[in-house]
Parts: sequence; C-alpha cells; structure tokens
Amino acid sequence: MERIIFGDNQFFAVNHISDEKSMAQSIRFKEDAAIIKTLDVARNNGVNTFMCTTHDRIERICTIIRSNPVKYETYNMFPCLPYAHKYANSITENGVLGTFQKFVPGNMVGSLLKGGMAVLSRDYMDLMELMIDSELKMFKGLHTPVIFLQNVVTDLLLGLRMTDFLVGFHRYIKMKYNAEAGFITMNMPMLVDVLESAGIRQPIICTSINKAGFRMSGGMALYEKVLQEDRARIIAMQILAGGAVPVSEAIEYVSSLPGISSLLFGASSKTNIEETVSYIHHFDQMYTVPKNVPIYA
Amino acid sequence: MIKVALVGAGKMGISHLAILGANPRVEIVGVCDSSKIILDALHRYGHFPCFTDFNKMLQQAQPDAVVVAVPTKYHATMVHDVLKSGMHVFVEKPFCLHVKEEIELVAMAKQLKLVNQVGYHNKFLGTFKEVKKILDANGIGEVYHFHGQSYGPVVLQSKQGSWRSKTTEGGGCLMDYASHVIDLINYLIAPITTVDSSRLQKIFSVDVEDAVYAMVALENGVSGMLSVNWSDETYRKMSTSVTIIGKNGKIIVDANECKIFFKGKDVPEGYSKGWNTRYVTDLTPSVQFYLRGEEYTSQLDYFLDCIETNTVTKVNSFSSAAQTDNAIFLIREKQ
Repeated sequence: MERIIFGDNQFFAVNHISDEKSMAQSIRFKEDAAIIKTLDVARNNGVNTFMCTTHDRIERICTIIRSNPVKYETYNMFPCLPYAHKYANSITENGVLGTFQKFVPGNMVGSLLKGGMAVLSRDYMDLMELMIDSELKMFKGLHTPVIFLQNVVTDLLLGLRMTDFLVGFHRYIKMKYNAEAGFITMNMPMLVDVLESAGIRQPIICTSINKAGFRMSGGMALYEKVLQEDRARIIAMQILAGGAVPVSEAIEYVSSLPGISSLLFGASSKTNIEETVSYIHHFDQMYTVPKNVPIYA
Repeated sequence: MIKVALVGAGKMGISHLAILGANPRVEIVGVCDSSKIILDALHRYGHFPCFTDFNKMLQQAQPDAVVVAVPTKYHATMVHDVLKSGMHVFVEKPFCLHVKEEIELVAMAKQLKLVNQVGYHNKFLGTFKEVKKILDANGIGEVYHFHGQSYGPVVLQSKQGSWRSKTTEGGGCLMDYASHVIDLINYLIAPITTVDSSRLQKIFSVDVEDAVYAMVALENGVSGMLSVNWSDETYRKMSTSVTIIGKNGKIIVDANECKIFFKGKDVPEGYSKGWNTRYVTDLTPSVQFYLRGEEYTSQLDYFLDCIETNTVTKVNSFSSAAQTDNAIFLIREKQ
C-alpha cells in the first residue's frame, strides 16, 4: 500500500488557479521524455504509483513504460476514465448520440438507435463496458490494481440517481480486469451513502480534502465526520487546494485526519516533488492517526 | 418541495437534471426529450417520469418550475408555454433568436410575477463576483476601456455538426461562445449598446463563424474590444477572461483568478496598493452538490431561492439576457 500517489494534472495543463500556469505546463511537458523524467523523480522519492487520465498522451507514456519492463517492474498505474473533455467537446459539436457513435466501437449505438424503446436494459451496460474496454486498451500488460471512474461521470450518475451504473462499473472492473474499482468524486459523503446502500462496502474513493474546504461539497465538517466513521478507503486529492494553502499547512491538515489511506499530489519540478514528499513523511510521523485499511490487498 | 420539470436532456440539460436530482428540496416531476434512447435510460436507471410531448408534461406533471435546455430556436415557444401555464422558468443561454420574442416574454414574466432566469453561469463564479463587487464600489476609479476574450477547442476541423453549426438554430461562435463574454461585460461594466465594427470569421465551419472580433461601446460610453475563438486548441477547455482598465487601477479576471492593480492607497478591504491576486479557491464557498463547477449549482440554488422566497430575479433575468442578445444582433448586423 502506498501512502503517496503521483497525479497527472500538471502534465496536461490542468491548473485550477491559473490559465497562465496551464500554458506554461503545456510548454514544459510537450515532449514525452519530460513526463517520464518527472515520473522518475517521483519514483526516486519513493512514489511508485501514477494515477492518470486516459488522455491520448498517456498511451505513449504507457508504451514507454511497457518497453522498459525491468525499470518499471513494480510500477503501478491507476487509470482514471474517461478523459472527459474529449467527450464534452465532442458533445458540443456532435450531440450526445453523435458522441456515442463516434467513440463506441462497432455498430452498438446504431443498433441501440434502431431498437429504440425495445432495447433490453442489458444493452446500456454493454455500452458502458465497451467504452471502458476502449479506454483501457492503452494499459494492456501494465500493473493497474485500481481503476477509477472520473468525477464528472461518478457525480453525474450520482445526481441522476443511476446507481446501477456505479455498481456495474465496480463489478465489471473486478470481473474483466481483476482490479479494484475506484471512484473519483467531489461529493464524497453522498457517494459513500449511495454505494453503501447498493451493497458496496469500503469503496475506494478519491476526493478533494484540503484545509481550504475547496470542493468539499456539503462542507468540511461532514467530510471529517465520514472520515472518522471509517466507511471507505480514501485517497485525498487537491490537498494543496490549487495552491491556496501554504504547502506545510496543507499537508499537516490532511496528515492529521484519520481515515485517509493515501495522498495524491502532482508537481512539475524536482524541488516541489521532494518538498511535498518530505512534508508528508514529516507530518505522518507527527500524527499517528489511524490511516485506514490498505488501499488494495 | 419544489416540483421541477426539464425539457431537453442534452449536454446542459443532463447536467442540470443531475444537480437538481441531488437537491433535497427538489422533486423532478418530468423529463422531456425527443430522443427515445436517452429518455429510456433516464427512465429505466434514474426512475424519472419521462415524456416525449412537452405540453403533455406541463399538464400532467404540473411542475412549479421548468428548466428549458433545448436548442435556442425552440426557446421562445417553450418559454411562452411555461409562463402561460403559470410556472417559473429557467432557460439555457442564449435566451432567444429574435428581439421581438424577448420583449413579449420579459413583459409576460413580469406581469405574471414568475421567476425568470437564463443560464449565464459565469456570474455565479467567485472571481467574477468579486470583480463585480470591486467595480460597484468604484474600486478602480472611472473605467475607460476593457478587453473581453474567450477561447476554446470546440470546432477544430472541417465537418458537419449538430444544431450548433446552424446560425438559424442558435449555433455559431457568436451565439454559443461569445454570448458568455458579452453577458459578463454587460453585467460587470454596462450593457453594450453600440458596435463600431465587427468581423465574424469562418475558420473550419461551413455555415457559421468560428471567431468573433468586435470594437464596441457601452451604454456609459466606455469602449472595448471583444475577441472570441472556439477553434483554438491551445486551450484545454473554454477560457473566458476580461481585462478592465480604470483611472485608478486595472483588473484581469478569469474563472480561476483575479489579478487587480490599485494605483493608490485607497483600496477595498483585504487589498493593498499595487498588484493583488485572489484565487477562485478562496472566493468560492462549497456547494451541497458539485458537478462541473460550483457555479452550475449556485445558479440553480439562486433560481430555487427566488421561487421559495417569492423574490424578483435580479441576476440573469430575462431582461438582462435580452440585452445580451441585443448586443449579439448588433455585432452580427455590423459586420
């Protein structure tokens, strides 16, 4: 079980507080070698798990990792699917159905459209499974012990009360990929309730937890209460609140909370990676709170 | 409980439905769409009451309020039907295709005392709200110029698309994309009332413009420039920013941060002379349910608050959206 997990936002110009920084990151990580180099810096600091979106560029990173089996023998990747902006931009241009037609392999959508109301409910699950398979192809042969559903989809399904798809995702990941399903969400307390009532105990959940209370829907107090109750295996993300809280203060907060299995962070420079990792070790030693069960067996 | 129905389960409609579905003070009493495959999924898995006939939904479901998220060309008729039935209405942006339709709807909503809101979500973003507060307090002195920009990766190659690629249906960069930044300018500074020059440029699209450039002036005489392009793939997603220059300072604001320069020592509380940066993380209180951005939840919360407290819509009312549409018409006319 790894306490620290490395994220990928910095590689894909995802910056929650500055468009300028986004562009700078985009320039910095133009070459795949720059990404690999940063992953290696993290590895050298003991961060051996990379949580990444199914972005087109990750496919090339996967190829590099696959072609260096000795170097990356114990390296773990946590894929997060789908890469939402690819679909969101397509929906604006092609509509919801057009987007399904564009991205789902084969004639599945065509036959669904023809079938109309008469289609069997199984077909929607098939559609989801086909999309999962198509997104995960790039990770073939790599260690992917946990596979995540991105927050935009998790939270959309949560709001639409389509729990069957969350359960379906959980089941399919275990069955087909022999991995654990994880859920990224901005609505952790609500998701824990919903998954528990659907029979999913101790789900793996990656969610915003930070001292600023940023993106902690329903409020910090509710999050802290659920963490106390030890009902899920939690990975805290956005721990630095996009830079709103000074690093040491930010990490002291998450280290001091019970019920958090792992901490996810991303950084571009060697100095920032080293600094963050050392703060985590420092505060973890200071606060010996229960860290919950291992993230995966 | 507020009974809400929704028509148009496309990109925005489904997002609104999820946010409302997670809201404990809302009961979804109907969802209407023309696509059977989408309705079937919503009915089967989300257990929403679904309709293919809009007027039948209004009659049978008897909602208190209706969210209209269909293509723009249908807005006028549907909003009219909702108001006529005595129901509050939230309609996606842009409001309507024709000014004449809007005048009637603005009057109707006012006369019937119904809550009327249009989905310009940027106004519910922490950064833009902060800037509005500073400008209203005359924080940077007399404003004399602005630059509004919006860029993103929507149409990146030549091909036929959906209704968004037809001007007659409300498509194109001007209505779909530039409307956001126009609406923000109208809100932050003053309504655009004159267009000195404009250019609508096709880059990849056949029927609609992919970029909009315009020199404009506001009701209060302030001049400014608009530059909008939805075929710019150097942006990961839509990025809208406004630069506002005043005699005592300058503001550069986007969805993530506001950078404010104060010339003198007379500054609002929490700020100091020179450059100040405030981030969205500080300016955004958390919402009860998050999907794609706090602002989407906040705007619907505001809509529900107005209904519950019987308050007249102050932000994003039909009349403010009509001013935005008016600017859109002026820009199109001038090219």
